[in-house]
Amino acid sequence: MRIPYFPGCAMKTTAKNCEVSAMAVASKLGIEMVELPRWNCCGVFPSLVNDDLMRHVAPIRNLIRVQEMNKSGIVENEYRLVTLCSMCYHTLKEANLFVKDKEKLTKINTFMDREEEYEGGVKVLSFLELLKEVGYEKIAKEVKKPLKGLKVAPYYGCLLLRPREIGIDDPENPTILEKLLEVLGADVVDNPCKVQCCGSYHTVDKKSIVAKLTYDNLRYPIENGAEIIATCCPLCTFNLDSRQKEAKELYRDLKEIPIVYYTQLMAIAFDLEKKFFGLDLDLYYKNPKPLLKAKNLY
Amino acid sequence: MELAEKVKNISGENVLSCYQCGLCSGSCPLRFAMDLSPTQVIRLTQLGLIEKILSSNTFWICSTCFSCFARCPREINITKIMEALRQIKLRRDQDYIDLKNVSKEELKKIPPIALISNLRKTTA
Repeated sequence: MRIPYFPGCAMKTTAKNCEVSAMAVASKLGIEMVELPRWNCCGVFPSLVNDDLMRHVAPIRNLIRVQEMNKSGIVENEYRLVTLCSMCYHTLKEANLFVKDKEKLTKINTFMDREEEYEGGVKVLSFLELLKEVGYEKIAKEVKKPLKGLKVAPYYGCLLLRPREIGIDDPENPTILEKLLEVLGADVVDNPCKVQCCGSYHTVDKKSIVAKLTYDNLRYPIENGAEIIATCCPLCTFNLDSRQKEAKELYRDLKEIPIVYYTQLMAIAFDLEKKFFGLDLDLYYKNPKPLLKAKNLY
Repeated sequence: MELAEKVKNISGENVLSCYQCGLCSGSCPLRFAMDLSPTQVIRLTQLGLIEKILSSNTFWICSTCFSCFARCPREINITKIMEALRQIKLRRDQDYIDLKNVSKEELKKIPPIALISNLRKTTA
C-alpha cells in the first residue's frame, strides 16, 4: 500500500523519534508512506472562527497536493492522507470539514488562483486509524519481542479526540491506543488522565501552568503503577517530558517517568534495528533507555 | 456592531441556549488559572457585557482542548466563543504575548509546533 503522508514541522525537529519509528513500523506492515511533495505548514492551530477563510488556506493547500500526487501517478487512486502529529491531523481534518460547505470551498479556490481547485475528496487519517485498518492480527504477527512486564499508560491528549466530528475515538474514553498496546504485549495501566490537556502552547510563556498540568497528568498513572507513558502528540510529549523539570521544582513528590511515542514501542516490540527506536536522539528530559534495558527491551 | 453580536458572528454559536449548569467550568482543566470561569464568561456574553470579559484572562488561558464542548448538554461550542473573544482583542491590534519576554535558551528548546500555535492564538 502506498499512501500520501503529511509530516509537519514536528516530525522533522522535536519528534524525529516518532517519524523514524513510525516509518520503519509502517514498512514492516507493508505500508509505504509517501511524503507529500512541497508540503507546507498544516496551518496550526485549527481555526475556530467563521469569518476568516485565510486560516484555512494552508491546510487546503496540503490537501491539493494529495490530488496532484494522484494525477501525476505518485500514488494510485489513494486519496487518504495519513498524519503522525495530532495537531496536523486536527488542523487538516478541521479544514477539510470546513470546506464541505460549497460556498466556502468556492471562496478558497477563487482566492488560491495559482493552485488547482480543491475538489474536497481527500480523507485525513491519523496513523492510529491506519493501524486499526491494517488490523491488529497482522500487527500481532510482527511482534517478535512482546513488551511483557512493561507497565505502559496510554495518553491521547485533546486534538486527536475532540471535538467528536474530528476525533478518532470516543472523546471521553477512547480505547484505540490501549488495544494496540495490548497487541504489543504490554501491561496496560489505566490512566484516568489520558484525555486531559497537556497545557499545549502555554509551554511558551506560561510554564507554571504546564508544570501543574504535567504534575496532575503524571501523578495518577504513576500511582496506578505506570513505568512509562505512551503518547500520540508531539506537543503532549514535549510537555509531559520536558516540563517534568519545572513540575518537580513546584511539586517535590513527583516521580520522574519516561515518555515515548506508541510508534517507538511498536518498533521495539517488532524487534527492529535499534536506530529505528529513536532513542539515541537528543530529545529526552527523562531518558527511557535505563527502564527499557532493565526490562530487556533494549 | 455590538460586541455580543460580534461574538455570535465570529463564533457562529448561540450563547442564549446556555442554562448555566456549570459543567464547562467543572470540565475545564485550566479553570485554576482563570479569573472568570467559562460559565461566567457565557453568562456575561448572554447579558452583552463583553467589555467585562475582555479585561479578564479567561479566554487567553483557554488552551482549546474542547473538554467543555465535549460535555456541554446544550452542545454550545464554548471553545469557539473563547476564540471569538481572543479575535476581538487581536483585531484591535492588541497582541497578548511578546516573545522578547521568553529567553533565547527556551526558544531554542520549544518545539516549533508550540511556538507557531501560540503566536497564532495570541498575536494579531
